[in-house]
Amino acid sequence: MTAPSRPRVVIVDDHGLFRSGVRSELGGQVEVVGEADDVQPAISMIAERLPDVVLLDVHLPGGGGQMVVTALRAAVPEVRFLALSASDAPEDVIAVVRAGARGYVTKTISGTDLVDAIRRVAAGDAVFSPRLAGFVLDAFAAMPEASQDRPLFDPELDQLTTREREVLRLIARGYTYKEIARELTISIRTVETHVSSVLRKLQLSTRHQLTRWAAERRLT
Amino acid sequence: MAAGLAYRTGFEVTFVRLAIVVATLFTGGFAAVAYVVAWLVMPAIGTDTTIWSQARTDRRGITLAGGLASVLFFLTFITQLLGSGLLATVEWPLILCPAFLVLIWRNAPASEQARMRHLAEPLLGLTTDNRWSRAWPRVTFSFVLLIAGTVILVDGHKSIKMLAPLGGAMLVLAAVALLLGPWWLGIARDLVEERRARIRAEERADMAARVHDSVLQTLAMIQRRADQPQQVVQLARAQERELRSWLFDGRAPGSLDGEDMTFAGGVRRIQQEVEAQHGVAVEAVTVGDCELTEDLGALLAAAREATVNAVKWSGADVVSLFAEVEPEAVSLYVRDRGRGFDPSAVPGDRKGLAESIHARMARRGGSATVRSAPGEGTEVSLTMPRSGERQPSRA
Repeated sequence: MTAPSRPRVVIVDDHGLFRSGVRSELGGQVEVVGEADDVQPAISMIAERLPDVVLLDVHLPGGGGQMVVTALRAAVPEVRFLALSASDAPEDVIAVVRAGARGYVTKTISGTDLVDAIRRVAAGDAVFSPRLAGFVLDAFAAMPEASQDRPLFDPELDQLTTREREVLRLIARGYTYKEIARELTISIRTVETHVSSVLRKLQLSTRHQLTRWAAERRLT
Repeated sequence: MAAGLAYRTGFEVTFVRLAIVVATLFTGGFAAVAYVVAWLVMPAIGTDTTIWSQARTDRRGITLAGGLASVLFFLTFITQLLGSGLLATVEWPLILCPAFLVLIWRNAPASEQARMRHLAEPLLGLTTDNRWSRAWPRVTFSFVLLIAGTVILVDGHKSIKMLAPLGGAMLVLAAVALLLGPWWLGIARDLVEERRARIRAEERADMAARVHDSVLQTLAMIQRRADQPQQVVQLARAQERELRSWLFDGRAPGSLDGEDMTFAGGVRRIQQEVEAQHGVAVEAVTVGDCELTEDLGALLAAAREATVNAVKWSGADVVSLFAEVEPEAVSLYVRDRGRGFDPSAVPGDRKGLAESIHARMARRGGSATVRSAPGEGTEVSLTMPRSGERQPSRA
């Protein structure tokens, strides 16, 4: 799939100040076709305007950002979601990504990086910020290895491969996809494949450990 | 109160107390009432207002005292009906004491309230944390009394004729309970409501104080330094981190250093301190966590050195820190996208700094690698094996 040169974007965030900040930062590089400040208005606006990418705040007054993703994923699969937030508890971020968001970036991201991330998501790729990579490594590391009394549900989905782990570590260390490709002597396309595969595992794994990990995070 | 009386009369406190106890015994309880009244009308040491003057304006308290007095009056009435002379002697003090005590309790200074609460807690078991573990001896005891009383009644009075006055008393009891019950209930409800409102107000005040100390102060500083973007960014980042650690890790603002600091806590601290001192953003990501051993302390010291170096020399506006705790080893990476350098042609002073990182790690059995090229930034990788067989504790 090729990325449209000027992706159409809807911004969903309950802070008006932040929305206008993002809008001006994105400049003319994307086409902002709408803004919404809560779950319900966002759902109807997105269903009506069908943007390429939705910039979705993890925290919304009428429920988490994952409610927007859950409500729309089946109806309009061509709309892609990129989660962003300022104050992110790991379990909330993981919940939005598991609901179907294509990636997660922090609100401190620079304008050019954000445009880059939007393009990437519009093209169907996954976007992992260093922080999300850290969360995912943490979540999957918390899962115990398969054993006799605790077999894996699905070894293909429930564990990261060594390569995927390497890629995530490099993202967490602040490497760009290009730098990762050079470091591991693979192509950028392969890096993207690995990241998408991690995203798929994160979304499809039915392991209780992911939920339990979130619950434990909440307790500490 | 005895202290106040002693202060005014010039007698010893103990003497006054003894005198009151003796007087109480001899007057059948009236001295106790006098004591309570004296408590009401005399200012406590160190305060100007008497409890009485406060109590007069406390309308809710007067209502409550009235309600309580009426309940007690009713109870003494019943005991008299039953012909028990035992309680009749202390009848009036029994009604007045609790009523005045309520007024005193509601209007006493906070310190006295705390003391009284402390005294009353084990006796009554009526306090806020009325848990089962505390209530069960009371409940058991009352059940035993109830059963014993019923057995004695049935055993001692074979004919039901003797139960007639008891039946009458029950009827009066029921009548009065019906009459005054709603009022009593209303008072009890009011008390609960008042208590809830107070707790809410306290929580709000606490929250407001914390937000004021952290967020509002920072916002004020940001407004004053609007012309210095770098400082504004730095302030905003520091504030964001503090708020995050308060909201998600339950750490109070301004108290990052705990006695039981973990490795991940140490990484956060490097991030915070370097940002505060040098005004360059530090992105920190940690995976896993464990106890902070001496070896890991050395690792953190080396990481700090590397971070400060990156901030000082690279010219990059952000430095990335990534730390991962694994069962066998802890690794930490400090990366910047700054100007970088050629490691084979480093000036003497910078070589010295790298050596200090190398040496620090090597002493503890760890290792350090520096990767850099001109124009491509620098990455320092630090690895420290975990001594012992402790498993990682995930936070």
